[in-house]
Amino acid sequence: MGTSRTRHTTARTATPGSTTGSTTGGTAAARTRATATARAALALAAAGALTLTACSGNGGDGGKSEGSGKESGGTSVQLPKLSGEKIQVAAVWTGPERASFLKVLDEFEKRTGATVSYVPTGDDMAGFIGSKVAGGGPPDIAFPPQVGVLREFARKGWLKPLGPAAKEQLAKNFSPGWRNLGAYNGTEYGVYYKASNKSLVWYNTKAFENAGVAEPKDWAEFLKTAQTIADSGVQPVSVGGADGWTLTDWFENVYLSQAGPEKYDLLAQHKIKWTDPSVTKALTALAQLYGRPGLLTGGNSGALQTQFPTSVTQTFSGGDQPKAAMVSAGDFAATNIAQTKAKVGEDAKVFPFPAVGSRSPVVTGGDAAVALKDTKGAQALLTFLASTDAAKIWAQAGGYISPNKELDKAAYANDTMREIATALIKAGDDFRFDMSDQAPASFGGKPGQGEWKDLQDFLKNPKDIAGTQKKLEQDAAKAYGS
Amino acid sequence: MRTAAHRIDRGTDMNAATAGGPAGPVRPGTGTLRRVKSVAGTRPWVAAAFLLPALVLLGALVVYPIGFSVYRSLFDASGTGFVGLDNYGELFTDERIRIALKNNVIWVVVAPTVATALGLIFAVLTERVRWGTAFKLVVFMPMAISMLAAGIIFRLVYDQDPERGVANAVWVSVHDTFAEPAPYPGAKPRPNAGLTASGGAYTTKQPVRAGDPANLPLVAVQPGDLGEARPATAARPEPGQVTGTVWLDFTRGGGGTPNIIDRSEKGLPGLTVEAVKDGRTVASATTGPDGRFALPAAADGALLRLPASNFAAAYNGVNWLGPALVTPSIIGAYIWMWAGFAMVLIAAGLAGVPRELLEAARVDGANEWQVFRRVTVPLLAPVLVVVLVTLMINVLKIFDLVYIIAPGSSLKDANVLALQLFQSSFGTDVDQGLGSAIAVFLLLLVLPVMYVNLRRLRKERSR
Repeated sequence: MGTSRTRHTTARTATPGSTTGSTTGGTAAARTRATATARAALALAAAGALTLTACSGNGGDGGKSEGSGKESGGTSVQLPKLSGEKIQVAAVWTGPERASFLKVLDEFEKRTGATVSYVPTGDDMAGFIGSKVAGGGPPDIAFPPQVGVLREFARKGWLKPLGPAAKEQLAKNFSPGWRNLGAYNGTEYGVYYKASNKSLVWYNTKAFENAGVAEPKDWAEFLKTAQTIADSGVQPVSVGGADGWTLTDWFENVYLSQAGPEKYDLLAQHKIKWTDPSVTKALTALAQLYGRPGLLTGGNSGALQTQFPTSVTQTFSGGDQPKAAMVSAGDFAATNIAQTKAKVGEDAKVFPFPAVGSRSPVVTGGDAAVALKDTKGAQALLTFLASTDAAKIWAQAGGYISPNKELDKAAYANDTMREIATALIKAGDDFRFDMSDQAPASFGGKPGQGEWKDLQDFLKNPKDIAGTQKKLEQDAAKAYGS
Repeated sequence: MRTAAHRIDRGTDMNAATAGGPAGPVRPGTGTLRRVKSVAGTRPWVAAAFLLPALVLLGALVVYPIGFSVYRSLFDASGTGFVGLDNYGELFTDERIRIALKNNVIWVVVAPTVATALGLIFAVLTERVRWGTAFKLVVFMPMAISMLAAGIIFRLVYDQDPERGVANAVWVSVHDTFAEPAPYPGAKPRPNAGLTASGGAYTTKQPVRAGDPANLPLVAVQPGDLGEARPATAARPEPGQVTGTVWLDFTRGGGGTPNIIDRSEKGLPGLTVEAVKDGRTVASATTGPDGRFALPAAADGALLRLPASNFAAAYNGVNWLGPALVTPSIIGAYIWMWAGFAMVLIAAGLAGVPRELLEAARVDGANEWQVFRRVTVPLLAPVLVVVLVTLMINVLKIFDLVYIIAPGSSLKDANVLALQLFQSSFGTDVDQGLGSAIAVFLLLLVLPVMYVNLRRLRKERSR
């Protein structure tokens, strides 16, 4: 903990997050002159403009002028100079997601002069970071994709709290629901850079057209639609069962919609048991899908061998004869769809997860950036990630939605993503966070064990509801230690 | 053997000249040291000073970690509460660790044996081939690939989809060469279409009459199977014949009436239709391009059956990475990597086998198999043991291949001790006490193999 560092960041970055128009602009100008470079001055002017618009306009046209302000080359956040600093970032993203994220890092490098290297961690972020911390060389920034993992990191004291500059950005751009998710025991650690809306079903419009069906609204309709598509000769529902988390998402959507948010929270904290009748009901509903022959692409054993990316691409490739018609996946599936010839919004559309109970669920997930080392570079990167600028870069690249409520929706690459993002922001604090992500990693976050494995066994044998519940409860009790 | 002897000579020379080089402390046995001292006249503290760097390194890097692992294995997850041998108890009661243990046994028995056997075969065969060196190079090449890369390669090789996984591509094409695939896999009637299912076949509920056409509607025909099917036409009543149509009762885009031949619906050609009376097939026919069929008068009053052979699911190959086959599959990948290693060592040993012995055996009238079995293999035995033991130690700690190849759904069935050690020890929500216990247990498993190795070395040295 360098006091010098703290002082430094406060001095440098008091500018952008300022909430009171002109006066702050003045002090900031004085400070910038001290480090005077032409670029910083330009950035400052834009920052000032942005602050002003943010104050003046809660209305519709405020957003517009904000957008035009940025187009003239400005930025909404000011970052310190970090020439020669090396920052290591670890996240789970690979493939196109990695490419998009690298664009964000490039922009950061351009603005600060720091060198940022990216390390993909694989599925098992907890294991990766754990071994790095044990070895004494953690990365500067990590993106734990599960809130449970974030809390455990915090509990072990691996995380460094957010600096004042990052906090300011966070306060300006994020709703309390998201900020609380990144906090542990009242201390803010995480910046939710990337969110996902997991209560969606993507579908192949061609397959729907061929079968003559429309978007279903509730579970019964959904099953009927699936059956009709099956009759048309396409195995309708693609499930990426080789990855356990896709199955927990299925369960959570059904459970949240059927049992309601209160029970959902109780189960997430393991205050009711997995042998609860509400779980039986949810698994019974799922078994109507998993257990009826012909509805799953590749059958049950095929689904268990299908990894998530394949489960999406097989739904949207094959032209007139796709292998599957629907896949329940978060907004991030758009990235995988981009790898096929299908176009999001035309060939690939999306409908909300059908209501199993009275209302459609809204289950979200998200990747929070946390600092594992207390360096200037790490704090600057967190500040940047909390800004609208960083959100905008990936939003333009596609396959991304941001919980950043100040982000101009025009930044999204297409209407589908815009809709999903608007729905997420509109849900305010009514969303529920992915349940398995809240659980201890050994139950909800590791391949081949806990909930992932138990639901895979359920997919293999959907008749065994009682056995699945027993196994889930057994594993949960062990992991929660109760 | 020659090399070992040579080392000793050189070692003694060096000891005599410089009172113990780096080779000195590695060799156990104080007897040697004492003798050296008497020869060179070195004082004990000089010997100790020379030994010190090696001892410190060994102590810090080998002895201390082992000691600490043993100590740590007696504590709970937090590292503060003493639990005695509880972690070892859990080792043998936890289901996942039991599976890991079982898999380790399979690995240790199968992988080194097969790799050595293959290496032996390759070595003996390549010795006689003109392009032997080139062949050896190719077999040895996988050794140059990291375990991680090999794992990723084999994950693709074993992919279930024959379009991607080469293993299944080969398997499926061989299978389909011998077994004709069904014309309409997965097709079936609607639940209320008057057909009952029995073991994959579909039979009409009502007997058919000559002169009264039978319509058999099916759905769930995959569009790719339709080929050049023509629009279905309703069969005309023919006196003295049982006629009918089998068609795809699904209008593209929806809107068709169930069980009625709508305008754009297609006939299903190439289907077998059987007439069954009292369980006996009395007549059979194949549908034409527009889905029509005609059965002779003998079929009058029979039930129509669409046999299961029409609808058998397309053969999808072997589930290589499923729970049952995942361990053998990964062992296959391991052998692909390490057979080359075995081959090179054995080939080197083979070069040292005296030709005269082989010649003598041949002159005595032994055939090639007998020469191989009775002369070559016994002469190679020391090398074979070295290869086997090396591979065994290597296999006991196998981790990367399993970690990468096994998909999440069968990770539990592919589990091995080293992987479980990693999963138990690192990450969040882990128990390093249990992890240490697994580590100590692994060490215990390696010890007998090490002992065999050491004893063999010592025997060779004393020769």
